[in-house]
Amino acid sequence: MFGFFRRRRSKDDLKQRLKLVLSYDRARLSPGKMEQLKRELLGVVEKYFPSDGDDLNVRFEQHGDRMVLIADLPRSSHR
Amino acid sequence: MREAAGSEEAGTLVNAKAIVVTSGKGGVGKTTTTANVGAALAKLGERVAVVDTDVGLRNLDVVMGLEGRVVFDLIDVFEGRCKLRQALIRDKRVETLHLIAASQTKDKSALSEARMRETVRALLEDEGFDRVLIDSPAGIESGFQTAAAAAHGALVVVNPEVSSVRDADRIIGLLEAREITEVRLIINRLRPKMVKRGDMLEVSDVLDILGVKLIGIVPEDERVLVSTNVGNPLALEDGGPKATAGSAFRDIARRIGGEDVAYPDLDGGKGVFSGLRRLFGGR
Repeated sequence: MFGFFRRRRSKDDLKQRLKLVLSYDRARLSPGKMEQLKRELLGVVEKYFPSDGDDLNVRFEQHGDRMVLIADLPRSSHR
Repeated sequence: MREAAGSEEAGTLVNAKAIVVTSGKGGVGKTTTTANVGAALAKLGERVAVVDTDVGLRNLDVVMGLEGRVVFDLIDVFEGRCKLRQALIRDKRVETLHLIAASQTKDKSALSEARMRETVRALLEDEGFDRVLIDSPAGIESGFQTAAAAAHGALVVVNPEVSSVRDADRIIGLLEAREITEVRLIINRLRPKMVKRGDMLEVSDVLDILGVKLIGIVPEDERVLVSTNVGNPLALEDGGPKATAGSAFRDIARRIGGEDVAYPDLDGGKGVFSGLRRLFGGR
């Protein structure tokens, strides 16, 4: 019942920020470069699937001891 | 390879005889940790040499209160100006504890990975030390690389704050690249009250992020500063309450030796830390 008054715990922010920044650090890619990669990927995807690349989500994930680059592109199916 | 946090219930034993104490970031407590864990290991009966590799900015000598006894240093050994034995400074309090000071006048260009390896080999094989603790300088450059060159194990010191955790992650990656397999984490300067109100990372958060095995939690403790003021490692002052930095350093030494030492409640048994005892080998 005190939930409403409780301010956000700063360590939760910190943990999130650290996880994000470390995923870039470990992959040796700066966040700016990641944006560039995303734009270029989008360009390639659109070449093959016109007007389908809007929902492209690119991110790093830690899988065990490996960093994995995930490009997630939900495609609408036109049958 | 990083292991999942807390993947092993107990057994933070460190088999490595040569252990580098490192952190990436400066000012997180490397030198204090080296002095205290070194002193505590020696008090447990091991023959311990602590080696300061922070050439140009030596401090392990003053933290241990041995500055008045320094005649020769590590670089004198490297450059053949003295025998290894002449650079070994015996501690005032524990006779199985010895220090090799860093040079205060030379710079890091005097360091050499090959000479470091040879010096550590000689300490272990010729001088009969059981354990060599190598105090690394801050940073990831030649000073750190030299300190890590002769090590088979590492104590990574981290403070629960953003830049220290990030730098520790980098250092852990570099240690792994050197195939140093026994990497253990010491969370230093933890402030239980801040953790409790959610303004400081908890131990489990840090382990989750860094993915290495925990070997010690050292609470923020004014007595650490007081003890360095007088050059007497806190770990040597026996007694006192359980949840203090001094006893935390003694516990780390015992865990290095393979003993299963429970983590004390830093919180008076309320909440945040009680779960840790179960998670990390406590009873």
